[in-house]
Amino acid sequence: MKFRSILMASAMVASAIGLSSAASAADIKEVQMLHWWTSGGEAAALKVLKDDLAKKGYAWKDVPVAGGGGEAAMTALKAMVAAGNPPTASQILGYFAVDYAEAGKLADMNSLAVKEGWAKVVPTALQKFTTTNGKWDAVPINIHSVNWVWLNKAVMDKIGGTEPKNFDDFLALLDKAKAGGVIPLALGGQPWQEATLFDSVVDSTGGTDFYKKAFIDLDAAALKSDTMKKAFDNLAKLRAYTDPNYAGRDWNLATAMVIKGDALVQVMGDWAKGEFKAANKEAGKDFLCYRFPGTDGTVIYNTDMFAMFDVSADRKAAQLALADSAMSIEVQSAFNIVKGSVPARIDVPDTGFDACGKKGIADVKSANEKGTFVGSMAQNYAQPPAVAGAYHDVVTKFFHGEIKSSDDAVKALYSALNGAK
Amino acid sequence: MKTIAVGSPSRTDAPSGSLRTKLQMMLPRIVLAPSFALVLVFVYGFNLWTFFLSFTNSKAFASTHLVGIANYVKMWNWTFETDPPSNWHTALVNMVIFGGLYVGFCLFLGLALAILLDQKIRGEGILRPIYLYPLALSFIVTGTAWKLFLDPRIGLEKAVHDWGWTSFHFDWVVNPSKMIYCVAIAGIWQSSGFVMAMFLAGLRGVDSEIIKAAQIDGATTYATYRRIIIPMMRPVFLSAIIILTHLAIKSYDLVLSVTGKNPGGAAELPSTFMYSFTFTRNQMAVGSTSAVMMLATIAAIMVPYLYSELRQKRT
Repeated sequence: MKFRSILMASAMVASAIGLSSAASAADIKEVQMLHWWTSGGEAAALKVLKDDLAKKGYAWKDVPVAGGGGEAAMTALKAMVAAGNPPTASQILGYFAVDYAEAGKLADMNSLAVKEGWAKVVPTALQKFTTTNGKWDAVPINIHSVNWVWLNKAVMDKIGGTEPKNFDDFLALLDKAKAGGVIPLALGGQPWQEATLFDSVVDSTGGTDFYKKAFIDLDAAALKSDTMKKAFDNLAKLRAYTDPNYAGRDWNLATAMVIKGDALVQVMGDWAKGEFKAANKEAGKDFLCYRFPGTDGTVIYNTDMFAMFDVSADRKAAQLALADSAMSIEVQSAFNIVKGSVPARIDVPDTGFDACGKKGIADVKSANEKGTFVGSMAQNYAQPPAVAGAYHDVVTKFFHGEIKSSDDAVKALYSALNGAK
Repeated sequence: MKTIAVGSPSRTDAPSGSLRTKLQMMLPRIVLAPSFALVLVFVYGFNLWTFFLSFTNSKAFASTHLVGIANYVKMWNWTFETDPPSNWHTALVNMVIFGGLYVGFCLFLGLALAILLDQKIRGEGILRPIYLYPLALSFIVTGTAWKLFLDPRIGLEKAVHDWGWTSFHFDWVVNPSKMIYCVAIAGIWQSSGFVMAMFLAGLRGVDSEIIKAAQIDGATTYATYRRIIIPMMRPVFLSAIIILTHLAIKSYDLVLSVTGKNPGGAAELPSTFMYSFTFTRNQMAVGSTSAVMMLATIAAIMVPYLYSELRQKRT
């Protein structure tokens, strides 16, 4: 199979790069970092960390592997680890960290973690991904959450809308926008975007306890319940407010529709804020951010982490310095102001953050206390990739009409999630 | 290799000469050995590895725990799961639609263009590269360009509306049930020029005496092509079909770029299925199984072809 061998060959090339850079890393004063933050804003955020390490006297050896969702980076990382030359650390998402931890490829950072008291400042639910059997092996650098809505304020003023407090309010607001002649809902019709939207819809329809039962515990009764059916019905209602050309649209193009005022609202994770920022729009003045109606108080999160690999003894000091920098209050604050996300420590002051960032920080803190800080199913933070993939399939097939009714969707969801477990 | 054989010395009786001859005879093998070894390991070796993985329970990483034919059973069941269609079922149906349209139209357009270009027209030197040019673009560029061109909001539909025909409606690229046809359109645009070049070479090889003889016998141009020239293109047809078929089966970037990450799972192809299960869903064993099934499909086409070719040579 030619395609397969091309993939293999590229994996070999990637590992060769890993080999050569490892060979030059005889100097222990160097941090080798694999990541896919190559766009302008992301690179600027990473520079915060880079500069902090430079102050401590550690050089930064960049291993960027471009590609939005990090798929290419994960393939390169697999090759580097398989070749026995892991980077000092790698940007990593959700269950990929668990996979490497279970394979025994990650380092033990407990000496630093205990000293710095990470367990007290990192949201409890998130520690599932950063620790394995009580051992810290990854550090979270930020928290994103998916249950946000982003609105164009000028359009909102024009149609005289107010903040929707629940799902019915939201539909009423969308109706107003429709009557006002704008596209109510800007949506990118790609499986992961539809699934991300459905995360919020499920939480709004059934509440956070229901969300946990269904998606964290994969409870059969919850998955097959009428509440889940109602969630699918609600999702179908939202479909009526999109423009006809949404299928296949990229998320940032949907954000652009809101920025330009062609559309009223987009439901998207807080990385959408970066697009508003890049267009020189100001939170509260040009655009508004609310929690998805009916999910206020809940944070459906995903997070970027740095997995710390089990490196040779002469590279450990650099690794500890990297972890220390990444978890310091100053870096967490400066990094996330640039990146548009929320710090992964709940004790970082919200000075310097915009209105949306301030709300995000407060929400994470209260959600952590109330136990409403839950992983996003669509973003691989509730279930492993196999199950999340099956979830994407069912949601997108329902959204595009291949699954005809919410009855069928509930059945398909249950069997797909079980089949992938 | 030829120069080495030609340059063999005349003094073959001397012992040093015979050693030299031996060396010279071995040289081609020595030169070829590294690439042969590389192909052996990186093509056939990894084929076997993939085949092995399809019998294991590999997830994120390769595992050697054997589970028998469980993965094949799973895939077999998916093949017939139609309500709602499983990803694998959709992938197979799309493969037939896309592959059939792609191969069929490329052959038809390629042959038609080649015949028209072969009429000793003026400016052939300019026209030929124009038709061939799409081949110089990668599939991902082709796909992205066609996605923009067919997008109702900014592309064809909007342009026609701006010209005044406002009832014109063409939204295939954002309609999941029609998306696969857009992939085929982009693919056909990309490859038919290449097929044209192959046919043109074939047509140039036809002996003009045969055509003259047909003309003397009073055959019309249509009959000459239909009965004589096109049947003579048989070897070109075979080569073109083989090339197009394997392009269709392994096509990956084209479908992702035209459809925008496969909304509704409606534009799934075996290659996208294989990639997503192996690399993003951490179900390496299932991905490997689908890869083996793709390989088997290609083999089912290639083996009879090679067999018939080799048999023809022997006779």
